[in-house]
Amino acid sequence: MQRSFIAKNPSVLIFLACLALFTLIVTVLSEGFGVGVISTSFVKTLGKTLCLCLVAVAMDLIWGFTGILSLGHFAFFGLGGYMIGMWLMYERTRLIVVESLSQTEIPATSSEIIDGIGNQIFGVVGSSDFPLIWAFSDSLVLQLAMVVLVPGLLALVFGWFAFRSRVTGVYLSILTQAMTLALALYLFQNDSGLRGNNGLSGLQNLPGVTASQDEVSLWFLWASALALGLGYLLAAWVVSGKLGSVILGIRDNEARVRFLGYSVETYKLVVFTFTACIAAIAGALYYPQAGIINPAEIAPIASIYLAVWVAIGGRGRLYGAVIGAAFVSLLSTWFTGGQAPDIPLGFYTVKWVDWWLVLLGLSFVVVTLFAPKGMGGLVDLLTQRKSPNRHGADLGPDDGALREQEASQ
Amino acid sequence: MNTLLEVSGVSVTFDGFRAINNLSFQIGDAELRAVIGPNGAGKTTFMDIVTGKTRPDEGRVIWGDKSQSLLKMNEAKIAQAGIGRKFQKPTVFEDQTVQENLLMALKKPRGWLSVLMYRANTADLEKTAALAQEIGLLEELSRKSGELSHGQKQWLEIGMLLAQEPRLLLVDEPAAGMTPQEREHTTDLLLEAAKTRAVVVVEHDMEFVRRLNCKVTVLHEGSVLAEGSLDHVTSNQNVIDVYLGR
Repeated sequence: MQRSFIAKNPSVLIFLACLALFTLIVTVLSEGFGVGVISTSFVKTLGKTLCLCLVAVAMDLIWGFTGILSLGHFAFFGLGGYMIGMWLMYERTRLIVVESLSQTEIPATSSEIIDGIGNQIFGVVGSSDFPLIWAFSDSLVLQLAMVVLVPGLLALVFGWFAFRSRVTGVYLSILTQAMTLALALYLFQNDSGLRGNNGLSGLQNLPGVTASQDEVSLWFLWASALALGLGYLLAAWVVSGKLGSVILGIRDNEARVRFLGYSVETYKLVVFTFTACIAAIAGALYYPQAGIINPAEIAPIASIYLAVWVAIGGRGRLYGAVIGAAFVSLLSTWFTGGQAPDIPLGFYTVKWVDWWLVLLGLSFVVVTLFAPKGMGGLVDLLTQRKSPNRHGADLGPDDGALREQEASQ
Repeated sequence: MNTLLEVSGVSVTFDGFRAINNLSFQIGDAELRAVIGPNGAGKTTFMDIVTGKTRPDEGRVIWGDKSQSLLKMNEAKIAQAGIGRKFQKPTVFEDQTVQENLLMALKKPRGWLSVLMYRANTADLEKTAALAQEIGLLEELSRKSGELSHGQKQWLEIGMLLAQEPRLLLVDEPAAGMTPQEREHTTDLLLEAAKTRAVVVVEHDMEFVRRLNCKVTVLHEGSVLAEGSLDHVTSNQNVIDVYLGR
């Protein structure tokens, strides 16, 4: 009979163990609950990295497994962040407004409170009324539902139009870029209702929580690790079954899958929407750690970075995506944070803040050309897993007309 | 014999070129048919029309006992209705094992939710093993299909077709690139399949068609030039002029 899911996919267990160990070590070394070797800001960086790993898993599902190079998944990531940011900002502002109005002699009416919140939040864009999209922002439960529903719905509608008209390949990639660009440009407007280019800020302060950021940062690290673990497990389960077979088939030969009787468009739409929801959840965990979200976060380049991470890490294997996202984004933080030492060449000094993108671009090209399996391919070297042994190769001239078997004897 | 598929008066134009010109074609319930014709005669386009890949400009394609029109259905729906297709080039999913290829083709619900929840049970595994036995790939079940030889891939694709349990099989050049022994096995597979369902074989190789020993339809410039036994059509002067004579 069939072996169990874990037995067939040992990498899942190894991954989860590594993730748990990582979380434990960071906790022990943190300022909040441990010996204080790792600063709180670095804990936040690590927590954010876990969220980026989760969105990379989503990207790998849609690109590495289904073969759809979506260059718009950061739009869903950002939307998820906006959705949770709305509640965080509303609730925290409400607490402040209630606090300040409680000093007055006459108790404030609820409409006065709401006006006060509106003034605080939208004063920066010259308005004070709540736009319609903030209708649920006073309820954490509803706003949490919106984290999944809004990006999911956008993906569903976009995907329905795109896949139904059989847009594929590079045209689809351009279309997704256009989507994320259009969304970013829309959000940049002051009357978009999400504070234009100011974005939402102060998200690191959880309303009603008095614990210090040292502790809050760890809560988010744990939540991010849990989300990554669950997301990874779910993704691994999905691709291990027949659905995995079908989407791999769509990647390799879409027409053939169609003639087997599978509705390719439906499957693409399902995977696209599902990965959009994962990306949104990752975003909702990321931005409270970042503290601020603005429309620049969903600029087209962000989604391209995501593709670069997955390509460098190794497409078509989930841990490859995680390794790529973690490695490249942490390295990027190091290089662009001014921590990497400059290289004086005498006539010119290489400043990594300027040159990091060049290095990243070069390594992307090199990986694509010479190591298409990416960093995940190193695991194959360790486990000595070989690529399919394709027989029927040309024999050398000395072997004459012998068949392969005869020649090797 | 009941008519399973009826194509009548179908025409297709690509950028002014008439690929199919007023083509009519019928096949019964359990019939083996060979379709031959020179390059550009419209053999592959004919298959494209039946499987829904190409929409004809005019004409009718009627399918099955309920006389459904296939023209309003998409590829997946047509495949679910019971038409299986094998391509000229062997197209199996090379990154997956022979077993995964066969499991994917097995006749099962095709909706995404049931596919997501699907886990192979013993009966399905036995079914794939039996199919693999039939196509001579029992030993290779757990190998990646990309490792198979050309002929084995062709058989795997035929096996996937059989797993779909279609009522009509459209097979495009099944013997291309095969050794004589492999061809014989392929002939046997097709003859066996044609006992229970309709099979249409598009083929260039006359020897192969002769072994199939069935009714032959000759296509030329998008319409039927002659139809009948192989001896009948090969003695037809028109056929000799456009095809065999060259």
